[in-house]
Amino acid sequence: MNNEPVIRIKDLKKHFPSGSGRFTALNGIDLLFSKGEFTGIIGPSGSGKTTLLNIIGTLDTPSEGEALILGRSAGSLSAKESAALRKSQLGFIFQTYNLFPVYTVFENVEFPLLLQGVESSQRRKMVLDALEWVGLTDKIRSRPAQLSGGESQRVAIARAMVKRPAIVLADEPTANLDAKNSHNILQTMEKLNRELRTTFIFATHDEKVIGYVRRKIFLFDGKVAGDEIINKN
Amino acid sequence: MIKFLFSGLIRDKHRSLIPFLVTATGVMLTVVFHAWMTGVLGNSIEFNARFSTGHVKIMTRAYAENMSQTPNDLAILGTDTLMNVLPQLFPEMLFAERIYFGGIVDIPDKNGETRAQGPAMGIGIDLLSENSPEIERLNLASSLKNGQLPVNKNEVLLSNKFAEKLELSPGDTLTLVSTTMYGEFTLHNFTLAGTVEFGNTALDRGTVIADLRDLREALNMDAAAGEILGFLKTGTYDVVQTTAVTNRFNARFLVEEDEFSLVMKNLPELNNMGFLVEYSDKIKGILVAVFIFAMSLILWNAGLLGGLRRYGEFGMRLAIGEEKSHVYLTMIIESSIIGFFGSLAGTATGLAIALYLQNQGLDLGFMMKNASIMMPSVFRAQITPATWYIGFIPGVISAQIGTMLAGMGIYKRQTSQLFKELEA
Repeated sequence: MNNEPVIRIKDLKKHFPSGSGRFTALNGIDLLFSKGEFTGIIGPSGSGKTTLLNIIGTLDTPSEGEALILGRSAGSLSAKESAALRKSQLGFIFQTYNLFPVYTVFENVEFPLLLQGVESSQRRKMVLDALEWVGLTDKIRSRPAQLSGGESQRVAIARAMVKRPAIVLADEPTANLDAKNSHNILQTMEKLNRELRTTFIFATHDEKVIGYVRRKIFLFDGKVAGDEIINKN
Repeated sequence: MIKFLFSGLIRDKHRSLIPFLVTATGVMLTVVFHAWMTGVLGNSIEFNARFSTGHVKIMTRAYAENMSQTPNDLAILGTDTLMNVLPQLFPEMLFAERIYFGGIVDIPDKNGETRAQGPAMGIGIDLLSENSPEIERLNLASSLKNGQLPVNKNEVLLSNKFAEKLELSPGDTLTLVSTTMYGEFTLHNFTLAGTVEFGNTALDRGTVIADLRDLREALNMDAAAGEILGFLKTGTYDVVQTTAVTNRFNARFLVEEDEFSLVMKNLPELNNMGFLVEYSDKIKGILVAVFIFAMSLILWNAGLLGGLRRYGEFGMRLAIGEEKSHVYLTMIIESSIIGFFGSLAGTATGLAIALYLQNQGLDLGFMMKNASIMMPSVFRAQITPATWYIGFIPGVISAQIGTMLAGMGIYKRQTSQLFKELEA
């Protein structure tokens, strides 16, 4: 694993208006994420996990400090620029899958490539590759309603991965899954992380996820309370 | 992307079926209503034109000023010459002399004493000329109830109810008691050839239809006629054409100082027909405006409901990296597809219904029993070129306006809330 940085966060603060004052969700975060990391941001509810994920995912902007995502400052991106960055370099996985119900598995995974304007034959190959990664090539014509929770989350992973993003952000990806499916999903993401060197960042307090990550960042009250590298070799 | 959107529309009936049905129904109603109103108003205008006003009407200026009294003492003289000149000056028109008159119809018994009497309003038309267009123009053949059309001198038609009231049968003699154009008392014997029923109270109450030549003899109106009606050869009233004809005629014939100079009046200036003509023109604009407004409101609501249902999908698309403007654009493309096919289906259905109403018509005579205005009893829709697009274009536009309004919420959506929203 090299140490090429993909995310640099320096003295990051995020405030939200609250009544007549303001609530500080993130309070002076300094972090560096390298390419190929498999990191969990761990903390109780309200610790700032999702806010941090929002800023890394260019869905929100810092109030103070700096967040450089793949060399681009999250605070200075226009809506158009942040959408372009998400479209090409960032993948999202949510606990509720958020698949498009009327489209097939193939079409769900194909969508990010349609947005990128990838040519049809290339698109098909990329979608089939992504479905092969998650072991769902036999379900390409199925609709989300015909899938189990584990299968749906694997489709969501394929959709996040199909464009080969540099960073995948996953918010409680196993929260709706049983233990067996959770392990399958985590193994799939770990495999993709190793094979494609995609940086995975999880926001979680699920012990199963924590067991897989190679770096644990503990957040508490908007501050980094711990940062632990786990050697799994 | 279009294929992607299209397949989504086909599969998601909530996304497509309700807006499709709303659009198709609205367009269909607009098409049918437009064809119906065009037909009804057109029928009424033409009915009045054929029986009373013509598309244009030539009178003396003095007659025109007292038109409601049909003052034959102010009739046009020398119509034989005029009728030769008019077709040369206005080749786009057909002209017909008319004499409208009033009087009493007296029915003698076998001793020659009055058996029955009744007040009559009459029309003198060219009944006896071979291929006279007046017979078809007044729809006499179809309106014939008893007897036959006049073929001989001094034969007349009476409205059926009038004949029944007077206990007259075809072949019976009746005497018209009236005044000549010089104000003299006159009596003239006619033979009843047949009875007619137009399905219009105003006409069926007490109408006598006589040949122009017989009336001239009876009313001492040699080479004279109260009015000359002009009809566009196209058969349908057209305000632009008739205005041009009227202006040309009046420029040539009208002398303000001479009360017997000829004046041409356009249909809207006659029998208060202006309202009907103007209404006929305005109804199209009103119809389209109301349709777009109502449909937009309905489709706006349908779009809002659809937007709520697809809240997660839109959020995910924004998270994946689709721009808000692109999400909005795809919604409009979807609505355009729905609007197009909905409008197509609505137009096709509307035209089919309108065609049926045009061919079959609706007999509303029972509603006109006591009507004194000149309206036909059978109303028909009329499909015009405008009928083909009157619903289609507003259908597409209103679908888009509805979506544009509903989709504005996309721009208000905060991407910073997506994680929270998509986890809900």
